Amino acid sequence: MNKNSTRIKKVKLPTLKKSSTGINGFDEITLGGLPQGRPTLVSGAAGCGKTLFAMEFLVRGVTQFNEPGVFIAFEENAKELTENAASLGFELEHLIKSKKLIVDFISIDRSEIEETGEYDLEALFIRIDYAIRSIGAKRIVLDTLEALFSALPNDFIIRAELRRLFRWLKDRGMTAIITAEKGVNTLTRHGLEEYVSDCVIVLDHRVSEQISTRRLRVLKYRGSKHGTNEYPFLIDDAGFTVMPITSVEMEHKVSNERVSTGVKKLDDMLGGKGYFRGSSVLISGTAGTGKTSLAASAAIVFCSNNEKCIYVSFEESKAQIIRNMGSIGLDLKQWESKGLLKFYNSRATHYGIEMHLAIIYKMIVEFKPGLIIIDPLTTFLSVGTFMDVKAMVMRLVDYIKNNGITAVFTSLTSGGSSLEETDVGISSLIDTWLLLKDIEQNGERNRGIYILKSRGMRHSNQVREFLLTDNGIILREVYLGSAGVLTGSSRIVQEKMDEEKFIESQLEIDNLTKNLQRHKRVLEVRVEELKAEYESMEDEVIRKIKLNKDKLQRRKKEREQIAESRKVGANGSESKRKGG
Amino acid sequence: MDNSKKKKAALKNSKNGNSIKKSEIKKEKWELKLYVAGQTPRSLAAFSNLKKFCDEHLKGQYKIKVIDLLAKPQLAKGDEIVALPTLVRKLPQPIRRIIGDLSNVEKVLVGLQMKSRNGFYK
Repeated sequence: MNKNSTRIKKVKLPTLKKSSTGINGFDEITLGGLPQGRPTLVSGAAGCGKTLFAMEFLVRGVTQFNEPGVFIAFEENAKELTENAASLGFELEHLIKSKKLIVDFISIDRSEIEETGEYDLEALFIRIDYAIRSIGAKRIVLDTLEALFSALPNDFIIRAELRRLFRWLKDRGMTAIITAEKGVNTLTRHGLEEYVSDCVIVLDHRVSEQISTRRLRVLKYRGSKHGTNEYPFLIDDAGFTVMPITSVEMEHKVSNERVSTGVKKLDDMLGGKGYFRGSSVLISGTAGTGKTSLAASAAIVFCSNNEKCIYVSFEESKAQIIRNMGSIGLDLKQWESKGLLKFYNSRATHYGIEMHLAIIYKMIVEFKPGLIIIDPLTTFLSVGTFMDVKAMVMRLVDYIKNNGITAVFTSLTSGGSSLEETDVGISSLIDTWLLLKDIEQNGERNRGIYILKSRGMRHSNQVREFLLTDNGIILREVYLGSAGVLTGSSRIVQEKMDEEKFIESQLEIDNLTKNLQRHKRVLEVRVEELKAEYESMEDEVIRKIKLNKDKLQRRKKEREQIAESRKVGANGSESKRKGG
Repeated sequence: MDNSKKKKAALKNSKNGNSIKKSEIKKEKWELKLYVAGQTPRSLAAFSNLKKFCDEHLKGQYKIKVIDLLAKPQLAKGDEIVALPTLVRKLPQPIRRIIGDLSNVEKVLVGLQMKSRNGFYK
């Protein structure tokens, strides 16, 4: 028991070591690169970039991983290879001089060779061995071994020797790339896949609907997980770029930071703060509704925050966008000259959709933007079928979101189709969807904007009128009245009418107030009059009362005087009374 | 069509080749290099086959240089050697390469352009 448990603990599964190729995106598909110490077969038809792939593997090995490499060429000589590699921006001469790279051209001329009995390819081994040892190479490329089949007469010997060669390379721990031409119905013309079976990569250069696209697929990878899809790749002056856009996981980073849309009122509609950083915003609408303008204003916001922005435009040239946006007060030029804004303009039909996306992918990797604008997304429909476009755009959106980049897409809704539907069918991937709409009324078209959805935030349910002015984008509230939604001049008329009504009633109130005050003043005067009347009456009464009082008093006095006078005659008074 | 006894130097006198005898190619000097890797049975066989062949067909006018690539691997590049053993005819021009242990005399003759492929003398 005890023994067992300790043993389980000790077991540490040895995993396959990988040699990083340094090729953009390829290491991501293969989760680390090519199998270290094993041969890899790179197969493809003529002109799909096998040699360049192999060459980049070697050059990056030297420059990035300090692993010297040997290039055994059967088809091109060192000079040709150097020139070809220069087109990818690789300077071979320098690497060769500093003893980091050996290019050994083995030319076998069939016409000079006669077979006269048994032989083997020991000399090839010796040459390879010599090259490897002289620089301590870790990587080797054999391009294209199949030349041996056409150069030497005996297939059996070659096959036996190749088997030995691959075994030998493996034993020496060389990470090798063997290129092979694609056969008619087979992976390679001479069945090399039989011998090199650890890792098989297929390059393809397909033309569909007159547009060519290069694709790469990892057909087989022993002892390792790998992406199994066909990945578009491109070859340009910086070498290979494979676009590993199909991510299996949904592990988007989520940010709570909000970013302004560049339009104050629109921010207000989106809970007052704009959309989330790293979210995908779709601006859809019919032609001429202001999609580009809205996208450009988002770009301005990012650039003013010193963040980089990529503007992918398929319909307008750079100069045209700058001019047009300048006319509504959005100055893109200054940011472009400061290097914060990068344009990618291309006719959609120039490349296949995968190629476009690969280019965009490459730009993202190199430029590391905070915002990417694709204007419009629907152009892709002109270069692929609906399903293709949908799949590819989904990959792109996925990729952008995975990298925490905010994306603004515009989508042209063709007339007649439902507005709540994008032609490329990616609505479910979108976090914030702004719908621009023409509101046709009274012989004019006006722009309306509303928020179809905005995940994770309060947002307005109102339609706003969308005005493009010299000073940028302005949102106005539309007139919602008994006559329905009014925009443009009818809104203005209605608003004027409302204003007049308001003024009218204001005047009326003013009048009434004035009247009231006048009335009040009149009343006050009257009150004064009455008061005065009352006072005079009161005075009269008081006077009369006083008069009376005086009279009474006087009379009393008189009586007393009389009485007094009567008393003076002694009984006078009695007698008088008696007498009375 | 008696093939085996008729032979001829590569370029000279091609028009009346049928009547040319062994002695007539004496003027030309043959310089041969035999590339091998160590003393394997195949290398040894190639060398002895070559020796036999030369003694028979190029007596006195040949020079053989044996190069062991195990000892001097850098020499493989010069003559574009891939298979072993390889016999390189440096002279007379043009350069010819013959691979294998030289056991098939017919093919050696063709390879050294002492005889055309279809069996006719040049």
